Amino acid sequence: MKRFHLSLLVLLLLAVAGGIFLYKTQVLQFPVQPASEVETWTVEASVDFTPTGGSVKAALRLPDSTPGFAILDESFISRGYGLSTEANGDGRKAIWTQRRPGDGPQTLYYRLQVVPDGNGQQNEEYPGAADRPDFDPPLAAAADALLESVRSRSADIDSFSTLLVQEVNRSEPNENVAAFLTRTATPLERTRLIVDLLAGARIPARVVHGFSLADRGQRQEAIPWLQYHNTRQWVPLDPATGERGFPPNFLVWWTGDAPSPLELDRARGGNVSWAISRSHLDAMSAASLAATQQRYGIPGLSLLDLPVETQNTYRILLLLPLGALLIVFLRNLVGVRTFGTFMPVLMALSFRETELFNGVVMFTLVVALGLALRFYLEHLKLLLVPRLAAVVTIVVALMAALTVLSHQLGIQAGLSLGLFPIVVLAMTIERMSIVWEEHGAADAIQQGLGSLVVAAACYLVLVNRQIEHLFFVFPELILAVLALLLAMGRYTGYRASELIRFRAFARSKD
Amino acid sequence: MAFWISPAELRRRGIVGMNMRNGSYIAEHNPRHRYPLVDNKLITKSLAQNAGVAVPELYGVVRTHHGIRELGGLLEGRDSFVVKPVQGSGGNGIVVLDGRFDNGSYRRANGRRMRPEELEHHVSNILAGAYSLGGQPDVAMIEQRVEFSHAFRDISYQGVPDIRIIVYRGCPAMAMVRLPTRQSDGKANLHQGAIGAGVDLETGITTEGVWLNRRVHQHPDTSCSVAGHAIPHWEEQLRLAARCHDLTGLGYLGVDLILDRQHGPLLLELNARPGLAIQIANEAGLRWRLRAIDRWLEAHGDATPPAEVRARWFARAGLETLAQAAARDAA
Repeated sequence: MKRFHLSLLVLLLLAVAGGIFLYKTQVLQFPVQPASEVETWTVEASVDFTPTGGSVKAALRLPDSTPGFAILDESFISRGYGLSTEANGDGRKAIWTQRRPGDGPQTLYYRLQVVPDGNGQQNEEYPGAADRPDFDPPLAAAADALLESVRSRSADIDSFSTLLVQEVNRSEPNENVAAFLTRTATPLERTRLIVDLLAGARIPARVVHGFSLADRGQRQEAIPWLQYHNTRQWVPLDPATGERGFPPNFLVWWTGDAPSPLELDRARGGNVSWAISRSHLDAMSAASLAATQQRYGIPGLSLLDLPVETQNTYRILLLLPLGALLIVFLRNLVGVRTFGTFMPVLMALSFRETELFNGVVMFTLVVALGLALRFYLEHLKLLLVPRLAAVVTIVVALMAALTVLSHQLGIQAGLSLGLFPIVVLAMTIERMSIVWEEHGAADAIQQGLGSLVVAAACYLVLVNRQIEHLFFVFPELILAVLALLLAMGRYTGYRASELIRFRAFARSKD
Repeated sequence: MAFWISPAELRRRGIVGMNMRNGSYIAEHNPRHRYPLVDNKLITKSLAQNAGVAVPELYGVVRTHHGIRELGGLLEGRDSFVVKPVQGSGGNGIVVLDGRFDNGSYRRANGRRMRPEELEHHVSNILAGAYSLGGQPDVAMIEQRVEFSHAFRDISYQGVPDIRIIVYRGCPAMAMVRLPTRQSDGKANLHQGAIGAGVDLETGITTEGVWLNRRVHQHPDTSCSVAGHAIPHWEEQLRLAARCHDLTGLGYLGVDLILDRQHGPLLLELNARPGLAIQIANEAGLRWRLRAIDRWLEAHGDATPPAEVRARWFARAGLETLAQAAARDAA
């Protein structure tokens, strides 16, 4: 039962950690790589119009559901206009109002920042079969004939829609299509016609307007695109060729038949144009911005909201459990012997400041010199606590001397020596000298080397940017570390060192 | 000798590793609140005396630095004694003195001299906690130096040989004699270079030995064969060891005995975390023996047999047979 209990706890911790981790990476798009950058797009819509007198109202339809993109940020430049936004069934709108607008052309801006989120699907509920439009009797007959011929050649909604689009766009349209369209019909008119014809076949369809995001795209115009619902999701369709999908980097701005996203009241010459620019954003910021926009709960509880200095503390603190895990592994599974259980982790922390090689060299120097002086102190027969205090003092003096010396020699690395944990060094020297006396030099040096090796291993974990990033952005991972620690806590198998220790059994008789 | 041994082979032989000792035996059978009973040698001693177990005589205790001044008076007229930290571990901080020079200096068991100031300094180190677990302040005890039996004269170099018996749930499971060498500086501690000689539990005769994790046939200093020495009072020692379980309530216990020339076996100290080298000395793993003890106790149901019976738990079927049966049962 005890075993069962522990395994259950371990599994639970792993599941919680894994669950939060997956949610953050898959849904919130938190980056697994440190400092990975993502492409973001800034789209600026400028709204121009000329008031015709009296109070002006300009309503701009805003992007709402943007397949393939997540909205990071948006802002308005209103220039004295009152601004309100409203959201209803067919999307969001920004409404600018001004009782006494100035003379001449007015320009208002709306700026949007989006990031590709890799999710181009729009899984919306099926709106129900479309109502048949009321065509005039002769047109109704043409529509029926056209739909019948397309239906006879198609298998399902998808192929039906594609065929219908191709039929409407033939360079020499058949007579049934020609009844609806003139040769000069605009793309929007064609698209609307296709929506109507699809509705004739009871397939819900709609026009969406947007544009492809491309760098330095100034004065971008919106183009209409077609979407039909195949009972599971809205499928984009090229209204000119019948190919499924949006153009690359297509940002959907508004949905519906309206040719412009702008509605004006007491103004004329309305025009909306878009300027697009590309920029790069630290993936972490992009993910948390997107999450804030979408009002997910977790980023509010994130360490990223802390002041930067506190953040830096936690960047290191969160790695300590991993260092402890490494120590458990090296001591209980490998069987490395060290001075003090977690002394190597503390050493590794100070190696962060000095770099590994310098750190090891300086550590060895200080400990070796300290040990020599400690043996001298032994002759003075000091009491324990004064002796420890003396060792601490000697360590400080040695560090100062080494720093000055290395500075004189022009070795920069020596300057970071002051960051070594003095008390840890002093205790190491004291313990080492006792082991040296009680168990001999071989044991003392072996344990000293063991401590150094473990400290170096911990250092490699602590300075790994990938690992630091992972634990800082996904602090739930320390639950997984805890789970591993608990699991190793019940490991009663052999240590690797015991395979050598007990080797005398290898060839002896039974 | 091969450089390593496969885990499968170790498992087959029932060798207990450090993790198994800590996780399966010490954690399961040694309640932590009973540790002070064995970690503090004064408590162990008084427990043993109350239960009628023979121990080396206690000459005195130094508890404070102030008390060190009275050391001279305490030792007045005594030439031969042992100074120990009360909460020491692994034999650290133990000094054996067996005589005095004319100028008042003491003679250590290794022949070196120790001036009274040096002894006082050593005691003050003990008090400051230099040898105790975690460096806590400690107490020094001075006790009778045992005139140890001649049984091990040929196979020990200076110092005091002692007998370690692992007692599992009150039943002796494995034993060895620890023989000081020149390298161990007269100390009977395997870490420090003493020889561990396996002991046949059933007969009390030594088998081959282990020295610095290697197997040895001869004592490196005396060149005498380590094997084949009969340990006197063996049955009594087994009973004594079994009773130590009742004293402490520890289920996995190392009992250290010393053989006095006149008084027979005395309890030296108890250890709640006995080491594993005893397996190498005996060329046998502990695991199947411990399992055999589990089975033997199970067969007795709720009524735990008295120490006298437990001391010979293997008598009827034979230790080897029982261990093999336990190994088969496990497989």
